[in-house]
Amino acid sequence: MNFALSIPLEHVFVLAVALFCIGLTGVLVRRNVMFVLMSLEVMMNACGLAFVAAGARWAQADGQIMFMFILALAAAEVAVALGIVLQLSRRFDSLDVDSADEMHS
Amino acid sequence: MESLFYIAAVTALASTVLVVTGKNASHALIYLIVSLLSVAVIFFLLGAPFAAALEVVVYAGAIVVLFLFVVMMLNLGKGSVARESAWLRPSMWILPCLLTVPLFLGLVYALSGEPVQTAAVMVGPKTVGTQLFGPYLLAVELAGILLLAALVGAYHLGRRYLSERREEV
Repeated sequence: MNFALSIPLEHVFVLAVALFCIGLTGVLVRRNVMFVLMSLEVMMNACGLAFVAAGARWAQADGQIMFMFILALAAAEVAVALGIVLQLSRRFDSLDVDSADEMHS
Repeated sequence: MESLFYIAAVTALASTVLVVTGKNASHALIYLIVSLLSVAVIFFLLGAPFAAALEVVVYAGAIVVLFLFVVMMLNLGKGSVARESAWLRPSMWILPCLLTVPLFLGLVYALSGEPVQTAAVMVGPKTVGTQLFGPYLLAVELAGILLLAALVGAYHLGRRYLSERREEV
């Protein structure tokens, strides 16, 4: 059973770039920490898509392996970042990223 | 059959836009799950079934559920949607879009070369596993250390007294 299709590699890369740019816009625009973290997840997912597509181009497993490392990185980042979100909401009673600017004079 | 890829791509793009522009955090998480599932379909069509399974299990299963736990713990009330609307004025989108749209166009221009097709060969879990625990063994160990560090960091940050001690000072 082989479900794999022959897809133009550029189309997959354009999709990955579009997802990355949407995520980057979200990181720049949003003030709520939860949405900033979700946009970061979208960006990392787009990077993983690019890796898997490049691995599928040469039918090698390396792309999937890099995707698994991105997955481990995303899991580690989310665990620490959500701990920071909990502390932020406890200390400042707000999810606004700008509420934690005490070092800014 | 190739139209499946384009359907999944459009679904991924639309749901990702809804994640970024959403006002309600739990609704945005549901849209994030839709986006991740459509990317998993694309992985499957590219011939990476193991990556597709991991996308569903780890991303949509574990990471998004972690987000949902935190959204439930924070107990965002009915005022949160109104506050998001106040924070997210339409004029705030202009400058970030001016920055990211040229980035997108530049990357698309850089990608426009001779068309290349993917190999249409399925790379199964066995191949991935032998590669992962062969040449990439050191990287697996490093990923394990990273996850351990994240576990310790998340435990430390999640403790309650970090905020209580501050009130005593």
